[in-house]
Amino acid sequence: MLSRQLTQRLVFALITLAAVTTVLPIVLVVGYIAWLGAPAISWEFLTAIPRNGMKEGGIWPAIVGTLYLTLGTGLIAVPLGVAAAVYLSEYAKDNRLTRAIRIAIINLAGIPSVVYGLFGLGLFVLFLQFGTSILAGCLTLSIMTLPVIVSTAEEALRAVPQSFRVVSISLGGTKWQTIRRVVLPQALPGILTGVILGLERAAGETAPILFTAATFFLPRLPHSVFDETMALPYHLFVISTQVPGMPIRIQYGTALVLLTFVLSMNVIATGIRSRARARRQW
Amino acid sequence: MKQNRNWPELIIESLIRATGYSAILFVALILIFLLREGLPALAEVKFADLFSNRWYPIEAHFGLLPLIGGSLIVTLGAALLAVPFGLATAIFIAEIAPRWAREVLKPLVEILGGLPSVVLGFLGMLALAPLIRTTLNTPTGLTAFTGSLLLAGMAVPTLVSVAEDALDAVPKSYRDAALALGATKWQTIWRVTVPAARSGVLTAIMLGIGRAIGETMTVMMVTGNAARLPTTLNSFFLPVRTMTATIAAEMGEVANGSVHYHVLFTIGIVLFLISFVVNLTASAVVFQQRKRAERLLS
Repeated sequence: MLSRQLTQRLVFALITLAAVTTVLPIVLVVGYIAWLGAPAISWEFLTAIPRNGMKEGGIWPAIVGTLYLTLGTGLIAVPLGVAAAVYLSEYAKDNRLTRAIRIAIINLAGIPSVVYGLFGLGLFVLFLQFGTSILAGCLTLSIMTLPVIVSTAEEALRAVPQSFRVVSISLGGTKWQTIRRVVLPQALPGILTGVILGLERAAGETAPILFTAATFFLPRLPHSVFDETMALPYHLFVISTQVPGMPIRIQYGTALVLLTFVLSMNVIATGIRSRARARRQW
Repeated sequence: MKQNRNWPELIIESLIRATGYSAILFVALILIFLLREGLPALAEVKFADLFSNRWYPIEAHFGLLPLIGGSLIVTLGAALLAVPFGLATAIFIAEIAPRWAREVLKPLVEILGGLPSVVLGFLGMLALAPLIRTTLNTPTGLTAFTGSLLLAGMAVPTLVSVAEDALDAVPKSYRDAALALGATKWQTIWRVTVPAARSGVLTAIMLGIGRAIGETMTVMMVTGNAARLPTTLNSFFLPVRTMTATIAAEMGEVANGSVHYHVLFTIGIVLFLISFVVNLTASAVVFQQRKRAERLLS
């Protein structure tokens, strides 16, 4: 008996230690970037066009570009992903086709981001002749984000107890009414969390937009979806590896802006979830 | 069961059905376009050359082995770090941690998941690499090990959140039953909760490793990008060059339709196939487990 308790205590201590080791660097990373990046942040840095080989001025076009890419990706990927999740959770029968869909989704989730970039280059940029453009970038990012949204949304839908559906159907609701009025609202916080986390990934990705949307330098904002655009992650990559003599302050400042953008999405997502969890009755 | 149906509802349902199938379409499209751009390379470069030891595109040496080796060593290192730490964190969050610790840890792990790979690469270059160079006394801090450390960080959040969700989804009654039979909390976790969540946990590990294989920006920025085949354990502390980094670094500079361009797509095909095999294996395990669970529970 004693040895069981002792084992438990030892294992729990080890697990706690491992968890702390995993989490502590995150705080350090964020703190470090905030500390070194904060001095660069000014109104001009956020709202001006880059000047003098990007060594002066601001990063406004990159901020706007990332906003466009993230919103565009959301417009495409969210309806598609949530609908696919509804199909898998509520309609799909357990047959070969459903299996194939699941394998396809798992597979999409595993495809490296840079391969999405190649695919986007092959299909959207060259074959469909969208050129290096916001449109091509958004489409590429959407397909990459899709499995994240589908799998988290499906999980949220499946977590809604079967009894909720049975009650709705027995009250005379149709299947779609049940889904729309009962299942989706109950699963909404989980779905939203998944959607935001998916888009967060899209906002921070560089590899898929390398050959599909991003440009080194654009001294203005993009005019249409067929324009190429600057983007924060690509900009950080460029100024930290391709531009010699780049002031370190601007590099950390750009990293901080990107981080703030992405983390605020994160905070919203987790906020929604923890509120929903606290309220959940089932 | 008869239901009152109307045509708007039928349209909505068929749309939903179509989106359900779209995932298959996308995988097919990706494969088709990779093959379309990548297969010509097999006609342009001798097959034996692709499996040579030398990647030097300027002199038309397109040996893929150093790149494949580079990807494998970096991913292996990342998996060795990420799986134990990730699973421990997931178990801690889902089963052991007091409520307040869970409320702190979960968002933190998700913050890590949200860190753009380029930010990690940036910090890896500026902060981690010099640290590794001085502590390990290597000629450069840009090594496979540096890449593995950061990639583990990128794999952990996926692993933790999926595994934690799976553990969380195990009904409370399972745990209560085990505890009522006199099992300790740890025995309950190890013998009941984790096995019950096994399919989700395996998916978590696979998705985590998948993320590591495919990671591009971080490895490109911190692994030094030397295309040499890692053969000894020592290679872990030397620069390597991964497949993903090669595509990202070189695609911008090649002419569309050139041999080099086609070969970069061929690397894309190799990456696609690797992730396909890994994920197919993972999903086979998942389906098997699910079936067994259904048999046991019915």
